[in-house]
Amino acid sequence: MPTEPHNEGHIHTTAPVVAPGLTFASVTDKISSIVLKRKTPIWWFAGFAISFVLFQLMLLTITKLVFEGIGLWGVNIPVAWGMDILNFVWWIGIGHAGTLISAILLLLRQQWRTSINRFAEAMTLFAVAQAGMYPIMHLGRPWLAYWLFPYPNTMGIWPQFRSPLMWDVFAVSTYATVSAMFWFVGLIPDFATLRDRARSKPFQIVYGMLALGWRGSARHWHRYEMAYLLLAGLATPLVLSVHTIVSFDFAAGIMPGWHATIFPPYFVAGAIYAGFAMVLLLTIPLRKVYGLENFITMRHMHNMAKVMLATGLIVAYGYVMEAFFGWYSGNKYERYMIWNRMHGPYAYYYWALILCNIITPQFLWIKKIRANLLVLWVIAIVVSIGMWLERFVIVVTSLHRDFLPSSWGMYQPSMWDWTMFIGTIGFFFTLLFLFLRFLPMISIFEMRTILPEAEVEE
Amino acid sequence: MAEDDPKDETWEHDLEDPEPFHHATTATTRGRRRGAPALYGIMAEFDNPTDLVAAARRTYEKGYRRINGYSPYPIEELSEAIGFTRTSLPLIVLIGGILGGLGGFFMQYWMEVIDYPLNVGGKPFNSWPAFIPITFECTVLVASFAAVLGMLVLNKLPQPYHPVFNAPNFALATRDKFFLVIEANDPVFKHDEAIQFMRTLGGIEVNDVEI
Repeated sequence: MPTEPHNEGHIHTTAPVVAPGLTFASVTDKISSIVLKRKTPIWWFAGFAISFVLFQLMLLTITKLVFEGIGLWGVNIPVAWGMDILNFVWWIGIGHAGTLISAILLLLRQQWRTSINRFAEAMTLFAVAQAGMYPIMHLGRPWLAYWLFPYPNTMGIWPQFRSPLMWDVFAVSTYATVSAMFWFVGLIPDFATLRDRARSKPFQIVYGMLALGWRGSARHWHRYEMAYLLLAGLATPLVLSVHTIVSFDFAAGIMPGWHATIFPPYFVAGAIYAGFAMVLLLTIPLRKVYGLENFITMRHMHNMAKVMLATGLIVAYGYVMEAFFGWYSGNKYERYMIWNRMHGPYAYYYWALILCNIITPQFLWIKKIRANLLVLWVIAIVVSIGMWLERFVIVVTSLHRDFLPSSWGMYQPSMWDWTMFIGTIGFFFTLLFLFLRFLPMISIFEMRTILPEAEVEE
Repeated sequence: MAEDDPKDETWEHDLEDPEPFHHATTATTRGRRRGAPALYGIMAEFDNPTDLVAAARRTYEKGYRRINGYSPYPIEELSEAIGFTRTSLPLIVLIGGILGGLGGFFMQYWMEVIDYPLNVGGKPFNSWPAFIPITFECTVLVASFAAVLGMLVLNKLPQPYHPVFNAPNFALATRDKFFLVIEANDPVFKHDEAIQFMRTLGGIEVNDVEI
């Protein structure tokens, strides 16, 4: 675990990673009391209730979908992908920031990740759960989703491994599994802390079972640290591969606007961009209501805003290159595609996307704006919307007018597309509220490692 | 057991004993504590990591080998001080990754080339570049399982009961206290001597840990 000297503060901003004066005891008690002692605040019940109601919308939509088929949604030829795939990409992109924070920043020894990684990993897991639902429901016969996996069957056939859609199955299911394991391993020592702090028998038993008998043995820690580091090393190329493969869903097709080599890096940057926007969107209110300003400091806000700005610029480069490719290709379909994006029936979406994703984040160059949490929160919302628009533009504008004008059409999401989307947002927040109530949202043991008193003096 | 270097004299003690009950004979035949509950070891409590690491070093220098430290967060110096610096986990993960990669590739090869060759767009049956993404994902998946399960198995977790949980104050090992244990089955362990020695280590208190 990184325990290098705390002298890097002046390089970034003056704000420290953790506020001075915290001790092992105060950190442990503060974070575990949110789960164990504090009375559940009324806004928690309100938030959970609202999310849970919205979650029912998703269940309702799925039920109706199973009975009636995907004609329920606005998808049809020529736009057969519509909101299902764009929401899939949107959700899975959001998840990527969690892995970036927990794995890549760990390898880069960025101490500031410590107080947000648990929360961001939870966000990853819950976002991937929403993402996974879309392609399955979009299958038409979701109860046959297991056909996607290679298992010996009476039909004697196997999946078609040359298809990017199969790669997607493996990438997303591996990503979900590895993220869940990484998260659980990170939680084991904290489960032990909760087990030892819990007063009521049921909590002691449940946390005790989850802690697996963890007792902080030096031999255990040594292997634990090794396992954690190796998992981070494995998760790092994994997260890059996942969005790369998601972009292959598009790039391996020959549709104008999709068939571009820039897609993998541009999708990965977009995913991190959207993910950091979501982390900011959630942590800004959370640190306020739970009084965690000592743990999640202004340093975190500045750093996340900077990551958002940097990835936003990469995404902007992607948009510029898409337009450039359209023009430079000399291919009339490519040229028409980019013209249609800018001037066709969905031009509003395109220009709104440019406004949200390229223009808005430029404010983050200004230090005062990064320091203003309300403005930062609004920018995070705008970026989240912008990334949704980006996927809409990519999916819909390419599909609705391709090579043959006689087969052109328009796409209009139906009411059930929206109930499904709102429903997944509800499900996401339902899981998130449960997480906040029952698990420590900040990694307690990792917070201990970055306290000044954690250092062994020679 | 490739877990540790055999030349290191602690190698055979690297895994905490799964059957602590045979220590009972060790403790009683040495003529101490006859009639008392069997002894797991002696535990000293410290309130900061510096004292713990210094004490662990002194205990190791004194010749004790079955010793262990307990701390609320990982301390690199501590595992060095108790002479535990190697683990075969990276090797397990490497093997997992290699098996996952080979398994992933040849699963596709066997299905698409041998068991059910299917002409897709005139591509060769063994269109290996198209098999790489899934090969990669299988590599990462199996290696990650190897890392997590390997860590748990080597640590002998889950293990709901362990004698150290009986020690007073041990619940604070997951909060802000640090502990050092000399186990009773250490080859040079003598109860009174060990207690005397541990009292000189500068801890807060020293206690017997019963099984």
